[in-house]
Amino acid sequence: MLKIEPRGYESTFWRYASPVLALLLTGLTSGLIFAGMGRPPGLTVYTFLIAPLLQQDGLEALAVKAAPLIMMGVGLSLAYRANVWNIGTDGQFTVGAICGGGIAIAFPEAPFWAVFPAVVIAGTLGGMANGGLVAWLRIRFNANEILTSLMLAYITQYLLVYLVVGPWRDPQGFGFPQTALFSDDALAPRLIEDTNVHLGILLAPLFSVGLWFMLEKSLLGFQFRVLGQATRAAKFAGFSENRLVWIAMLISGGLAGLAGVFEATGTLGQLTTTLSPGYGFTAIIVAFLGRLNPLGAIPAGLLLALTYLGGDAAQINLGLPNAVTGIFQGILLFYLLGCDFLLLNRVGWRRTKAGAAS
Amino acid sequence: MTGMTKQYPGCLANDQVALTVGRNQIHALLGENGAGKSTLVKAIYGVVKPDAGTIVWDGQPVTIQNPGHAQRLGIGMVFQHFSLFEALTVTENIALGLANASERAGLRERIVRISTEYGLPLDPDRVVHDLSVGERQRIEIVRCLLQNPKLLIMDEPTSVLTPSEVQKLFVTLRRLAAEGCSILYISHKLEEVRSLCSVATIMRLGRNVAECAPAEKTVKELAEIMIAMDLNAPTPRPAQTEAAPPRLILDKLTIRSPNHFGTDLRDISLTVRGGEILGIAGIAGNGQTELMDALSGEILAGKPESVRIDGLPAGHLGPHERRRARGCFVPEERNGHGAVTTMTLAENAFLSAFLRGALVRFGIIDARRTHAFADDIIKAFDVRTTGPKAQARSLSGGNLQKFLVGREVLQNPSVLVINQPTWGVDAGAALAIHEAIMALAQAGAAVVIISQDLDEIFVLADRIAVIAGGRLSEPVPTREATIESIGRLMGGTGQQPLGEQPVHA
Repeated sequence: MLKIEPRGYESTFWRYASPVLALLLTGLTSGLIFAGMGRPPGLTVYTFLIAPLLQQDGLEALAVKAAPLIMMGVGLSLAYRANVWNIGTDGQFTVGAICGGGIAIAFPEAPFWAVFPAVVIAGTLGGMANGGLVAWLRIRFNANEILTSLMLAYITQYLLVYLVVGPWRDPQGFGFPQTALFSDDALAPRLIEDTNVHLGILLAPLFSVGLWFMLEKSLLGFQFRVLGQATRAAKFAGFSENRLVWIAMLISGGLAGLAGVFEATGTLGQLTTTLSPGYGFTAIIVAFLGRLNPLGAIPAGLLLALTYLGGDAAQINLGLPNAVTGIFQGILLFYLLGCDFLLLNRVGWRRTKAGAAS
Repeated sequence: MTGMTKQYPGCLANDQVALTVGRNQIHALLGENGAGKSTLVKAIYGVVKPDAGTIVWDGQPVTIQNPGHAQRLGIGMVFQHFSLFEALTVTENIALGLANASERAGLRERIVRISTEYGLPLDPDRVVHDLSVGERQRIEIVRCLLQNPKLLIMDEPTSVLTPSEVQKLFVTLRRLAAEGCSILYISHKLEEVRSLCSVATIMRLGRNVAECAPAEKTVKELAEIMIAMDLNAPTPRPAQTEAAPPRLILDKLTIRSPNHFGTDLRDISLTVRGGEILGIAGIAGNGQTELMDALSGEILAGKPESVRIDGLPAGHLGPHERRRARGCFVPEERNGHGAVTTMTLAENAFLSAFLRGALVRFGIIDARRTHAFADDIIKAFDVRTTGPKAQARSLSGGNLQKFLVGREVLQNPSVLVINQPTWGVDAGAALAIHEAIMALAQAGAAVVIISQDLDEIFVLADRIAVIAGGRLSEPVPTREATIESIGRLMGGTGQQPLGEQPVHA
């Protein structure tokens, strides 16, 4: 008989073993699903997780996909640790791309030193404004940020579609839903010639380290942690909840906006209606897989970036539908949250009970 | 019952406990907090399942499945925390607890009959929200009596009652026992047990340690069996000089409670001088929580002048600024209010002491000094733990409370406010906390103790005031006060409280 009993404390071992177990279970389950679709499960998992890395520019593609995920995952780790449930990073990402991209389109002739910083600042401020709106709604009207931030994400997606199909559509674009290409001076600088490795890929791990330091070592980070674990204790210490909610939403929103800027100016070079393949939502999985630790967001971001590449590969090589990426990510989040049960509970086998009861 | 054993994760709550309650007997179950009393009675009432042991009821071995089963056997229990709906009437609350709709017929009449018969005055149509704690307890007792119990378990029933209400309760209990109902009476108040109970089973650390007739022992003897150490009363302090300057002044502090069913504070005025300890007595739920929050700055007062710390108008200042003014605070609830249980002791030391302990440099936590400060608290207050890196929740209630009191005392405050200094704390830790409070006052601080434990207040305080219904009585010097006079004020029947002087035409 299965026996479950609370530990009464949080297991350090399972803190790190639980994501590994979740990953194994995800591989197993998705293998079964692939088998059900008539594909050899081993080959499919291989195609999904290993083959993309063996391709010629596999690592480059991985870094390009991982950078926005890490940037957003870092911001979310911080917010979630403070019990601020920003679910709308996809919207903040999109707003960042719209604001940055708007500047790039408006000033096609401007030199790099003028236009690129403006693009970055506008995008970041856009993401912060979106996040700030959520914070304001929570503080002023006690509106649940899970709902408001998610709904704002839909609004911004439609705003993007409107702009790209409407006023900002490329006049020479043969009617495709996309803007004109940005000028070269508005593009994110490349770190390596003739590759897609742009400045954002360098910044993402820097933010990760920086916010880790802030969260673990500074008074401000301490305030976030106390607020997340005991609201009344935060009040007792004199930490302002409203102030911390503002900061958490501005940082997570601003980082998402910045990620959006780099996606637009580093990877795409223009705005399209399919700017974000759900990066903002995937970043939620990144934050949890990284144990809400900004440093953990780096490996977690790399892994989830891999699922995007693997999804593409599975589509091309095995003829599986595009939805497999989402399915894979969903299963992973499901197991991740499930395995966290082991953090606080011990599960074991018990022989049929005899004489145990009084 | 024999050989009762219950293992909780990380703690053996009951280890081979045996207990026999005879017919007509008022049987005391004595022990410190954490001795395993509650676990034992929960097993009798079917709330927890023991890992081993047998219960014999009326000569038959039984396995009690759940509280419903226990009630059918004739076991009733009055819990320390009531389960009543504030918005419903007395009758409605009792009806909700009944299993079958058929039992509800004529319920109101039966409630009236039982409550008059046993001297438990209760209006069946009043809404619970309007009732005092004592009246609420009567609902729970009547609820049990409706089931015609053969055994009534009472868990710390007097902790919420005034001294006169306690006497009334005892009359009811004696009468019940005379009629054949056995009573298992759980308490750590030794005086009560001596006057009420014929037999006492004493528990310590989950085991039986003694069974005796409490009336034949002195309070001191009982206490020493309970905690297995010699008790020395704290050393009395020399009398206070009147000349010391006032350090904490409240001037007509009036605050609406942020909680719907909380107590509003009305016109609370007091002055505490340096070197003085003011005790604020009162029954739980009369505004103590609100007063604590208003003093610590978690609830702000409208006017800055209504709270003065060392002369500084502080009514509009939050907790952080009040600490800057050298005010320190220990709230009632340790878990999640005074301490973050999932954080380390070092982090918890930092929580309220980073300002006064100068533990932050350029916005960065000074880990070395924080560790050293936590270590100082642990050493100075003899906190039993593995060190500053231990999680707060790994400490027992008494040790964590010593740590939290130590955290504030070592900040060298000029005003210290403590709510329930020794609630849920073992006698050894309580003594250490009392001595620390007295030493701080001796050094010139103004100390306010809010407590429901009158003995504690009489031991520590120089003057005693009573909070009742959100109003504070005029403080009286402890040497002029008696348990009876304070008890009357606690019941709200004493002198006119401040701010409600009768108007003369």
